[in-house]
Amino acid sequence: MSAFKLHPPGRVLLLLPGFMLLFLFAKSQVTFPVNGIADPRLNIYAFTNATIVKDGQTTLQNATLVIREGKIVAVGANVEVPKDAVIINCSGKYIYPSFIDIYSDYGVATPERQRNGFDFRAPAQFNSNTKGAYNWNQAIKPEVDAYKLFATDDAKAKPLRESGFGTVLTHEKDGIARGTGVVVTLADEKENLVIVKEKASAHYSLSKGVSTQSYPSSMMGVIALLRQTYLDAQWYKSKPAKEGVNISLQAWLDNQNLPQIFDANDKWNDLRADRIGDEFGVQYIIKGGGNEYQRIDDIAATKATYILALNYPQAQDVEDPNDARFVSLADMKHWELAPTNPAAFEKANIPFCLTAADLKDVKQFLPSLRKAFEYGLSEAKAFDALTKTPATLLGVYDKVGSLDAGKLANFLITTGPVFNEKTIILQNWVQGEKYGVKEEDWNDIKGTYTLTVTSTSGSSTYTLDVKSDNSADVISNDTLTTRFSYDGKLVKLSFSSPAPKRGGAPHEGGEQPHGRFGGMRGGASFRLSGTVNGNVWNGNGEDSAGNNLIWTAAFVKAPAAGTDSTKKKFPPRVGKVLYPFDGYGWEEMPKQENLLIKNATVWTNEAEGRLENTDVLVKNGKIAQIGKNLSDATAKVIDGTGKYLTPGIIDEHSHIAAASINEGAQSVTSEVRIGDNLNPDDINIYRQLSGGVTSSHILHGSANTIGGQTQLIKLRWGVDDEGLKFKNWDPFIKFALGENVKRTTSNNNNRFPDTRMGVEEVLADAFSRAKDYENEWKLAEANNKKKGATPMVVRRDLELDALVEILNKKRFITCHSYVQSEITALMRVGDKYGFKVNTFTHILEGYKVADKMKEEGANASTFSDWWAYKTEVQDAIAYNATIMQKMGLNVCINSDDAEQARRLNQEAAKSVKYGGMSEDDAFKMVTLNPAKALHVADRVGSIKVGKDADLVLWSDNPLSIYAKALKTIVDGIVYYDVDHDEAMRKYISQERNRLIQKMIAEKKSGGSVMPARPSFQVILSCGDHDHHDGLITIDVSDEVNTNTNK
Amino acid sequence: MKKYFIIIYSLLFVAVSAIAQDDVYPAKDFKGVLIITNATIHVGNGQVIENGTIKVENGKIIQVGQNISADNGAKVVDAKGKQVYPGLILPVTDLGLKEIANGVRGSNDYSELGDFNPSVRSIVAYNTDSKIIGTLRANGILLASVTPQGGTISGSSSVVQLDAWNYEDAAYKMDGAIHLNMPTFISRPNRFAIFFGLPVDHTDPTQKALEKIDEIKSFFREAQAYYNEASHKETNLKFEAVKGLFSKKQKLFVHCDQVKQMLVAIDFVKEFGFDVVIVGGSESFQIAPLLKQNNIAVILQQEHELPATEDDDVDQPYKTPFQLQQAGVLFALNDEHDESRYRNLMFNAGTAAAYGLTKEQALQAITLNSAKILGIDDRTGSIEVGKDANIVISDGDILDMRTSIITNAFIQGREVSLENKQTQLYQRYMYKYGLK
Repeated sequence: MSAFKLHPPGRVLLLLPGFMLLFLFAKSQVTFPVNGIADPRLNIYAFTNATIVKDGQTTLQNATLVIREGKIVAVGANVEVPKDAVIINCSGKYIYPSFIDIYSDYGVATPERQRNGFDFRAPAQFNSNTKGAYNWNQAIKPEVDAYKLFATDDAKAKPLRESGFGTVLTHEKDGIARGTGVVVTLADEKENLVIVKEKASAHYSLSKGVSTQSYPSSMMGVIALLRQTYLDAQWYKSKPAKEGVNISLQAWLDNQNLPQIFDANDKWNDLRADRIGDEFGVQYIIKGGGNEYQRIDDIAATKATYILALNYPQAQDVEDPNDARFVSLADMKHWELAPTNPAAFEKANIPFCLTAADLKDVKQFLPSLRKAFEYGLSEAKAFDALTKTPATLLGVYDKVGSLDAGKLANFLITTGPVFNEKTIILQNWVQGEKYGVKEEDWNDIKGTYTLTVTSTSGSSTYTLDVKSDNSADVISNDTLTTRFSYDGKLVKLSFSSPAPKRGGAPHEGGEQPHGRFGGMRGGASFRLSGTVNGNVWNGNGEDSAGNNLIWTAAFVKAPAAGTDSTKKKFPPRVGKVLYPFDGYGWEEMPKQENLLIKNATVWTNEAEGRLENTDVLVKNGKIAQIGKNLSDATAKVIDGTGKYLTPGIIDEHSHIAAASINEGAQSVTSEVRIGDNLNPDDINIYRQLSGGVTSSHILHGSANTIGGQTQLIKLRWGVDDEGLKFKNWDPFIKFALGENVKRTTSNNNNRFPDTRMGVEEVLADAFSRAKDYENEWKLAEANNKKKGATPMVVRRDLELDALVEILNKKRFITCHSYVQSEITALMRVGDKYGFKVNTFTHILEGYKVADKMKEEGANASTFSDWWAYKTEVQDAIAYNATIMQKMGLNVCINSDDAEQARRLNQEAAKSVKYGGMSEDDAFKMVTLNPAKALHVADRVGSIKVGKDADLVLWSDNPLSIYAKALKTIVDGIVYYDVDHDEAMRKYISQERNRLIQKMIAEKKSGGSVMPARPSFQVILSCGDHDHHDGLITIDVSDEVNTNTNK
Repeated sequence: MKKYFIIIYSLLFVAVSAIAQDDVYPAKDFKGVLIITNATIHVGNGQVIENGTIKVENGKIIQVGQNISADNGAKVVDAKGKQVYPGLILPVTDLGLKEIANGVRGSNDYSELGDFNPSVRSIVAYNTDSKIIGTLRANGILLASVTPQGGTISGSSSVVQLDAWNYEDAAYKMDGAIHLNMPTFISRPNRFAIFFGLPVDHTDPTQKALEKIDEIKSFFREAQAYYNEASHKETNLKFEAVKGLFSKKQKLFVHCDQVKQMLVAIDFVKEFGFDVVIVGGSESFQIAPLLKQNNIAVILQQEHELPATEDDDVDQPYKTPFQLQQAGVLFALNDEHDESRYRNLMFNAGTAAAYGLTKEQALQAITLNSAKILGIDDRTGSIEVGKDANIVISDGDILDMRTSIITNAFIQGREVSLENKQTQLYQRYMYKYGLK
C-alpha cells in the first residue's frame, strides 16, 4: 500500500489559468425552467500526473483521471485526455475516492424531545399519538423514508467534505424502527440530483426516541416490542381483517430486503440486537458504542459487520483528589483503551465501517482516526472501512467507493497520503463539482526566496524564508520583524527592524519610527503586495517614506523534509482489558479446578446435618465426595480447619445484573424477559459473591400485575450475559399485587387497575384471553391439517404465549404480594383458570393465610423484618417466616436489595431471634429452600454428591454476624477469594493512580480535559422501597411512575 | 436452640392475651430498689464486669460491681447466664414523626416547608403511640433522638425515652441539636434522564454549593450578632432558636457525606466555635485525622450500606467505624434503614465488630458514644453510678442476631413492656393455627 506510506510533500508551482474561479452556475435539472440564459456545462476535466489510489488494492503512479458530467470516464496511466477537457496538472498530488459515512443524519433532522415535553409523573399514554393508519406503537415507524425528508444542507455538508467524505447514508435517528435510509452525496445541489439511492437501508435502535407513548419503558420492553413487531408483520402478510390497513407493518415488510442497520451503541446491546436478528433470520449491521474491545470475542461471534464511531472519551480533570475519587477505574480505563477499539476489530477480523457520527465536531474525525492508527489500526483497513465496505454493504459500490469508470466523480485531491498528519485535503470533488477545502495549499510555497526590492533609489536584496501561509521571515543581516500572508494567489508582505525601545527614542540617523511597522535601522520599512505565479512572485509596494517600489521574489530551495509526527510515536502503553470491565474484573478468567476442602465443619442441609472435621472433594464442577480423610492427587487442597463449609446462598428475589427491571407501561407485560437484558458488568455480582451468594433469581419489578419473565443466574463473575444464565431451569414469571400495581402513591394514575378489585380482574382477563388464544391456535392447527381448508392464520402474541405456558405448567409464577386478601384472590383466579402459584414473594402477611398457601402448595419467600414502609405492610411481622415454616411451607428469605443480599445469612439468622427457628432450618431458608422453590434442588442448595459445587467457606458459624465468606465457589470455580480480593484492592489502587497521573499529564501537556464526572451506578429495584445506597448511586425503581420521596 | 424457645414463649404468654389489642402500657414509675444480679455487665465504656450486680434506687444506678449486698424488699432480677447492657440509643431518627414511610402523607410529620427552619421543633410532633416504638424497645433500643428533616436548617431534635404516654413524658433532652443539611458538591443526574438517554446536566455544582454556604454563614453571622445583644426591638424566632449554639447549650448536627462538605463543616467550627457533629459521614474515613484534630464527632448513618464507589473495598462501609476508632474520632452508629425501621441498630454495631472493632467498642458506639454526642452522657449511655437505670438484659450477645434475645428492659428503673404490635400479631396467629 504505497499510497499510505510516508512521502515528502510534493512541490508543484505551476498554476493553471482559471483554476481558482468558482463555479458560479450550479447544475440544473432539465424539468426546471431557466430564468435567464441557459448555461449548460459538461464539466469535463482531466486530472493528470497524479498518484491515483483507485481503491484499497490499486494505486497508479503518474496517472490521469478523466471526468465528465459528474462521472468518471477513465482512470489510468495511459489515458487519453479529451480535447474538450479542462486539464488540471496534479503532479505531486494524490487522488482518492472520497469517504462514505454510513451512519449520518445529514440533511435529515433528528426530532427532539420537547423541552419538558415528557413528564414522568404524567398519566400514562397507552396509544400512539401519530395520526393515521400507522402502528399502535409510536416508536415503530418503518414507514419513515429518509429520502422524502432529505434536504441539502451545505453548512452540514461542508465540514464532512473537509474531513474527506463525499457520500453518506442518512436516516432519521429517532425511534425503535426508524424507517429507511437514503444514500446521498454531499454536493450542494438540488436534492433531486444528489440522491444516489432512495431506499438503501432500514434502521432500528433500542431507544424509543421522542415517542411520548409509555410503552416500552425499559430495555427488555424495547426488545419485546421488536420481536412482537416481527411476528405482527409476518401475520400481516395474510391481510388479517382485524388489522385493516397498517402502513407501518406494510413498510416493515417492504423494508426487509434492505440492509438492516441496528443502532445498538454498546457492547451488550450489540449482542442483544444480534440475538433479535438471529431469532428472525436477520443479520444486522450493528452500530457499536465504542466499548466493543471489552468483549471482542462475543462481538466476533455475532458475525455482524459493525459501524464504529471515533468519539473517544475525553480525559477528565482529576487533579483534585476529592473529584478523582468518584471517577471509576472502569471509566478511566475506557478513556485509555477506547482508541484501541477499531484495532481490536481489525485484529479479530470483524468487518467494520467507520463513521463521523457521535463526534462533537466532525473536524475531529481525521485526528481521531489517526489516534486509532497510533493504537494499532492499519491505514489500509481504515481506507476500506470508509470506501469499499460501506459501499458494498449498501449496494452502491457500482456508484461510489472507488475510482473506476462509470462511478460518480467523488474524489479527493490531497497533498500526500490521505491519512498522514501533514497531508492536506486540497479539494473534495463531488459529482464532478469541485469543493475547495484548502486550495491555498495547492501550491506549496514553503521554502526560501531571493527578494529584490527596487525603488527609484535602487535595489536591495533580502532572503525571504516562507514557513507557511501566514508566516515568513525576511532576513537581511538579522531576521527582521515580518508579517506575511498568502491566500492561494495573493501575497502580502511587510517587514521592518525590531520595534523601537520604550519611550520612542529616536533612531540612529534621526529618523522617527512611524507607521505600523516602525522604522528600519538606517532605512525605511516596506509594505509589499503581489501575486504568486509559479516560482516567481512579483508586485508593488511602498516604503515608510511613501516611495513607490516594485519587487520580485525568486524561489531558491524547499525546506528540509520533515517527518510525519504520527510515525515517530511509539505504540502507546495501555492497561489490560478486564473481565468484566470493572476494577474487580479478571485479567484472566479463573479456571475450574478439582478442589479438596479439608477438615471443615460442613453444613450439608441434608439428613446428616452438620459434619465436623469433614472433607469435601470437588471434581469437574460437581461435588464428588464427602467424608473424612479424603485425598485426590488432582485436587488443590484448601484447609478448612476451624472454618465452615456450606452450600452457596441462593437469593430468590433480586434485581441486580440487569439493564432494566420494570416494564411498567402496561398492566400485563408477560412478553418481556429479564434474560434479554442481563448486565454482567454489575459490580454487585462481585459484592454478593463476597457475601456467599452463588445464584440469584433476577425478577422483573412490581410495577404491574403481570410483569416479565424472570432469569435465574449463577454469579459467574466475568462471564458474558449468556454465561450468567442458570442452565436448564424451569422458566418463571413475576406477578405483583397490591399497592405498586395500583400505583398508590401516584396522584394521577390512569392505568387500570387502581384497586385490588381491579388487580383481580386484570388477572382474570389475562388468563381468559390466554385460554381463548390457546383454543384459537388449536382450532387453526386442526383446520390447517385438513386438505383444501382455507388456512387460518393466528397472530402469535408473545404476551399470551407466556400465559399459555403457565396454564400448561411450562412456566411458573413468583408473585409479589403482601396482604391476605390479594393472596387468596390470586389463588382463586388460579383455581378458576387452572394454574397454581409456585411462590409468593415478599408475602409479609403470609402468616395470616399460611394454611391456604399450604393447600395451594405454594412456596413463600419473604423479608426477615421489613415493615411499615407503606400501608400494605403495616401488619408485617418479623415472625412471619417462623409461622409459615411451622405451618409446613417451604420458606425462603430473599433480599430484593443489592446491599442486603450480601448478608442474607444474617437475615436468615433473624428467624432464630424471632420465633426461635433452629439454625439449620434458618440457613436452609437462603440455600436449600430457594433451590426447591426454583425447582433446582436437584443441582444446588445442599452439599450432596453429584450436586453443583456451589460452595462457601466461612470464617465462622454462617448464621453469625461475625461470619465472613473466605471463598465463594461456583461450579468448582473460585470466583471470590478473600486473599485474591486483597490483591485486587492493591491492583485497583495502583491502576487508578497510574491513570490519574496519566490524565493529569494529559491536562498539563495542554490536552483538552473535561471536569471530573462521577461514575454513577444505577441500582435497580423492585419499586418497592426507597433504599438509599450511597453517594454516587442512582436508585431506579419503577421507571415510569415515581413513587418515591427521596 | 431450645432454650430460646422456652424463654420467648414464656414471656409472650405472660404478657399478652391471645387476642391482640392495643394494650401495651407504659410502665409506671418504680419507686424503690431494683437489683440485677449474677450478670455479665457490659458497662458501655469498654469495661465488662463478670458475675456483677447493679443496684438501682428511684430510677438511678447507685451501685455497680461484684459483691453488692441484697436489700430487703428490693425487686431482684436474676440475670444468671445473661448479658446486661446499657439501653441502646438511636441517635438520629424520624421515629414517631413518620409512621408509614410511603403513600400516606397524613402519617408523616418529619419535613417542614421552607429553607431555614431552626425554630421548628421535632418534639412537638413526636407520637408516643407510634407502633414502631414498641418494636425498638423489644430490641433494647430505649432512647432516640427525634430529628426533623428538610430544607437547609431543618430545626431542632430532642432525645426521647421510648416508653411514654405523651411527648412531654417522653422528653429526655429537648432541642439539644440544630440540624443543618450541607449543600452537595456532586450533582446527581436525574435517574429518568439516564434511563431515557436525555441530556444529563453536568454543570459543576460547586459554585451553587458555595453560594448556599455563604447564605448559611451569613445567617449564623447575623444570629451571632443578635445573640450578642440582649434586647431586640423585633424578635426573630429563627435567631432565638440558635442561641444555644453560641452558648454551647446546643450542638450543630451537620448532615453530610462528602469530603468537601465535611471540610466546610470544619470551617464552621473555626468561624463560629460551634460544637459540630457530622451526621452521615460515609466518607469520613478519608479525613479521620482531620476530624479528630478539630474535635468533630461523627454519627455514621447506615453501616449496612454499599460501598460508595465500585472501586471501593467491598467492605468499606463495614470497616469505617474501625478506621474512625483508630484515628481517635468520637463516633456513634445509627440505623436509618427505612424498611426494617431502625430496629437493627445493634446489628450495625455487630458488623462493625466483625470488621475491626472489639465488641465492647462496637457496643460503646450505640450507647456511651451516642450519649456523649447527644449531650446526655451525664444521665445515660453506660451502667455507671449516678446515671439513669436504662438497662437491657439479653440472653446472649446483643450484637449477633442469633443470640440477641431481649428478656428485660428498664428505663429509669421502670421495667418496660417488650410487647408490641408484632408480638401480638404473632400470638394471634399462633392461636389461630393452634401452634406452640
